[in-house]
Amino acid sequence: MQEDIRVYVEEAPGQRRELEAPTDMGLSLMELLKASGYDIMATCGGMALCATCHVEVLAGPALPEPGDDELDMLETLPVVHEGSRLSCQIRLTPRTDGLVVRLAPTGA
Amino acid sequence: MPNTISTDICIIGAGPVGLFAVFEAGLLKLRCHVVDALPQPGGQLSEIYPKKPIYDIPGFPEILAGDLVTNLLKQIEPFHPTFTLGERVERFAKLDDGSFQLYTTDGTEVLCKAVAIAGGLGSFEPRKPAVENLEQFEGGKGVHYMVRDPEHFRGQKIVIAGGGDSALDWTNFLANVASDVTLVHRGTTFRGAADSAEKVKSLAEAGKIKLVLSSNVTHLHGNGKLAAVTITGNDGTAETVPLDHFIPLFGLTPKLGPIGEWNLDLTDDAIVVDTVDYSTSLPGVFAIGDINTYPGKLKLILCGFHEAALMCQGAYKYIYPDKKYVLKYTTVNGVPTM
Repeated sequence: MQEDIRVYVEEAPGQRRELEAPTDMGLSLMELLKASGYDIMATCGGMALCATCHVEVLAGPALPEPGDDELDMLETLPVVHEGSRLSCQIRLTPRTDGLVVRLAPTGA
Repeated sequence: MPNTISTDICIIGAGPVGLFAVFEAGLLKLRCHVVDALPQPGGQLSEIYPKKPIYDIPGFPEILAGDLVTNLLKQIEPFHPTFTLGERVERFAKLDDGSFQLYTTDGTEVLCKAVAIAGGLGSFEPRKPAVENLEQFEGGKGVHYMVRDPEHFRGQKIVIAGGGDSALDWTNFLANVASDVTLVHRGTTFRGAADSAEKVKSLAEAGKIKLVLSSNVTHLHGNGKLAAVTITGNDGTAETVPLDHFIPLFGLTPKLGPIGEWNLDLTDDAIVVDTVDYSTSLPGVFAIGDINTYPGKLKLILCGFHEAALMCQGAYKYIYPDKKYVLKYTTVNGVPTM
């Protein structure tokens, strides 16, 4: 049994909500955010094909580099930031403990 | 030209669940007309992931999303459904006799005895960049989110924004149509099809188009009609260029759209239904597939198929309250013809 990890969502400047996540279920960050009540559409269900789960990684451990599918999709967005990622492509593992993200505005 | 269609059930949404509803309705000898905002049937399966395999369709260990759509279309062929594609249902009214009148964005009128909303997550609409007064210039005033008729831009001065395939493809195509084409891209590289990107670069080198990288369109100017845009570089430098048309091409994103304004009971942008027959709060209107919600809801295609079957029973009872329906098996009776 693996330990739960903590992920933080910056809901407003300086205001972070702590989410606890199991790491033995193969969850993606998108699935955790949806389950936590955030307004994320995730239309494609996690295939890096719709970009409706766009988040900005603000701090935390280094993540595996985005794959081609994810980069292609991020490319189509009008606005991206340095830490822009599709949350469906971020697997929650013991190595993502302490991740801090901010949700991109809907539709962006 | 005004166009009126009469049918038994109007199905809003041509995704897998909407298409299978045509089959279940056909078994009850109910005719269907299907309306979808996308230009092709299949919904997300055709638009977003046609080449992705699906593993949880009963009887198919693995099937490509696009092939599932092809099969569904073949399965419903005997029932001769009619389609209005590329138009969104905008308004609907319930008439005194319990039937319905629907209008699409392009003015198509559908008269039907029952409505089945199979709208998935809504209709796919262009993703809009965050530019302040964008809406002010929509609707023929200079901002276009898709190219419907390239001839519209003949001899005109246009600015395209975006870095994906559609921005590249239209830049290449319109280079020979418009008098002046500028492509603005916030990045420095293109990840779209390599040959499209190469063509854009060579057109720019030959001076046929203007390529502005590391930049965004940040302001629109004009009095009633778009006259100029400001292009701001990532380094902060800004330039205002005169133009006739601005075409931001940033892909599609689903929106619930007008369905949200039809006075149906909603929870979190999903239509609340009774699982007996997937009826909504308005008698005669049903909702199936990803657009509905009920205790235990799972957004799976296979659940949508089940919902479609039960919905058709409800629609049949709504349309023919005095007739008694006897379940017939296709194995025993074959597929009825219409």
